[in-house]
Amino acid sequence: MGNIAAFLLALAIVGLVVEMLRRKKLREKYAALWLIVGVATLVLAAFPRLLNIVAEFVGVQLPSNLLFAMSILMLLGVCLHLSWEISVVEDETRTLAEEVAILRVQVEALSTAASTDSQVPSDSLATTPDTAGPHAAKPDTQHKGSD
Amino acid sequence: MESTPNPRVLVIMPAWNESEAVGNTVREVLNTDSRYDVLVVNDGSTDNTAAVAAEAGATVLNLPFNLGVGGAMRAGFKYARRCGYRQVIQVDSDGQHDPRSIDEVLAGLAHADISIGARFADRGDYKVTGPRKWAMQLLAKVISGLAKTRLTDVTSGFRAANVRAVDQYLDHYPAEYLGDTIDSLVVAIRSGCTVTQVPVEMRARQGGKPSHNPAKAAIYLGRSVFALLFALTRKRSHLAVPAPQASGA
Repeated sequence: MGNIAAFLLALAIVGLVVEMLRRKKLREKYAALWLIVGVATLVLAAFPRLLNIVAEFVGVQLPSNLLFAMSILMLLGVCLHLSWEISVVEDETRTLAEEVAILRVQVEALSTAASTDSQVPSDSLATTPDTAGPHAAKPDTQHKGSD
Repeated sequence: MESTPNPRVLVIMPAWNESEAVGNTVREVLNTDSRYDVLVVNDGSTDNTAAVAAEAGATVLNLPFNLGVGGAMRAGFKYARRCGYRQVIQVDSDGQHDPRSIDEVLAGLAHADISIGARFADRGDYKVTGPRKWAMQLLAKVISGLAKTRLTDVTSGFRAANVRAVDQYLDHYPAEYLGDTIDSLVVAIRSGCTVTQVPVEMRARQGGKPSHNPAKAAIYLGRSVFALLFALTRKRSHLAVPAPQASGA
């Protein structure tokens, strides 16, 4: 009975991971680990004798202890991996923040330079050159909305 | 746009919710010397630091969220390199650093890549006690040994850099606590940058008080030793800018 429950649980996990992959909710690099875990659980649930054989082979008296030790190790690995990934992401965010700040300063400098220069070029492209005169008299009203 | 040589000096001020002091500090620096351009790095402030600084005549780099002093400084260094500044100096926005000393600290760049405005070196009356003092002495001793020159105040935020040092900083300038002082300095030295120090006087902060809590000071000691040990084992940077012949290794 217990084995059937374990088998169904493992099947559900594998199904969930595959479905998330299909919907692009999970990247392959994270999914691989969970798929391996799911498949291993499936195999163990299907052939419970396997755990006893392995436990005997590596010298663990209680087969369930082997299972727990493996689970803890794996979870530790996953946590460490996630911490590493988030550090990478934070570093990338930092670089982006710097980039955005510098670009914003440069854009503001450009737009103030453009508005103090004159607005003749952008207007004269749309209309005939001789209407540029009255347009140029207008201050930088169009540029104010950019903030 | 990238690195057209710029004879002017960029004064970088990281500022986080400093609207009370930053305006005066910026004006004071700008009035000290016409060669100075002030860049205030607004580190995700929730008050009107950016507006006050811009009104005082500084260029303001607005970070979209708080990154810490290290993050703000690296953004400033990046800006400096894009604009081709040859000399860059970090100055506190709270008015602790005397703008008249900027020129003295910059003069140290004549024979080194990094010049530190040191608070204890026989000038002024800046004093600390207890574990914080031991931490600072230990750090100063270890880093002096690395740099092969006597440094007394390695955690000073009054630091000037030339192109070579900025290049190095852009490769390694952690945003973590003490990353902007100890970590970046140690890795810069190990990567071949030369360091010198210039004694300066500190003024009283215009806002806030330095803490004298012994528990905090002990934590500071632990964290600084931790930061130092990590910095000592880090990978060196490969500098693109060659060392000047005067200070060649």
